Amino acid sequence: MKTAGLILSDGELRRDVLDGIRDVLPITLGVLPFAGVFGALAIERGLSLGELTLASMTIYAGASQYAMLDLMGQGVPPWSIVLAVFAINFRHLLYSASLGRRLAAFSIWQKVIAFFLLVDPLFASAETRAFKQGLRPAYYFSYGTFLYAIWMASNFIGALFGSLIADPAAFGLDFILPLYFTGLVIGFHRRPNFLPVLVISIAASLAVWFTIGSPWHISLGGLAGLLAAALLSKPGEEVGHG
Amino acid sequence: MDDLTWLFLACAAVTYLTRCGRHVILSRFGTIHHRVSAALDAVPTAVMAALVAPSLVTHGPAEVLAILVSGLIALRAPLMFSVAVSMVVLVGLRTLI
Repeated sequence: MKTAGLILSDGELRRDVLDGIRDVLPITLGVLPFAGVFGALAIERGLSLGELTLASMTIYAGASQYAMLDLMGQGVPPWSIVLAVFAINFRHLLYSASLGRRLAAFSIWQKVIAFFLLVDPLFASAETRAFKQGLRPAYYFSYGTFLYAIWMASNFIGALFGSLIADPAAFGLDFILPLYFTGLVIGFHRRPNFLPVLVISIAASLAVWFTIGSPWHISLGGLAGLLAAALLSKPGEEVGHG
Repeated sequence: MDDLTWLFLACAAVTYLTRCGRHVILSRFGTIHHRVSAALDAVPTAVMAALVAPSLVTHGPAEVLAILVSGLIALRAPLMFSVAVSMVVLVGLRTLI
């Protein structure tokens, strides 16, 4: 990792900004439909444009917002929705631990904003940048604010034009959330003890769902998976926190 | 402010906590126990699996098959691709079944 210089020439600054935009452009192709469908779905589920704006502006975490929307439709108590959002965004803890070491060139307020903007692709790109050239604020914020702007714009596009789709079921859109979460879960398949954690979480979730009922299947099912992971863990598998 | 506003702000607050949290914690404490670490690493898998599990029993065979397709494709391909393909499969199965 190279040390990021604190004083930049105009040329370096411009290159950082342009590199940030160049790196984020391919990512926007994935964010656009994802955020657009969220906007459309939120309006379809009865949110106003103002409520959608507030949610997407302040939370800025698509997967957890999909879960939030899904749970709002099931009429579960608000605290369990907040808990689910917290749990789904838990992966960010790993990002912040790692990225924290790369922010030497950032002021305290730049760090505060940097962590707000910290989404999956930005984390990946910032880590790569830190190893290649050193991570400077200009690159990070160019990339991060561009993605944030695309996210908000796509939310609006979806909200305004989503209603043009007359029958969501005809396109499978009514079932997009479970399909999305399934893909997301399987994406973690290289983590230690993935299969036992997956099987135990599903089994516990279903057991709770049939007995105690919703929304406890989320927290209790998840907890069963965590216990399994803790019990199966061996000291050697500890991944350094860095 | 109404209930939804509070809900969204609470969700935003916990999300921000996850984004800065571990950096703040780690700059104060040293290492954490391997079992705690393993449990933390398993949070997304466990919670999202628990979240989606009832979908396997509340819908018909078309939906269950679509979930399996989504999972199988996600083993190799990007997430968005697996979602797109499984949606096409779902629409196809619904017209057949």
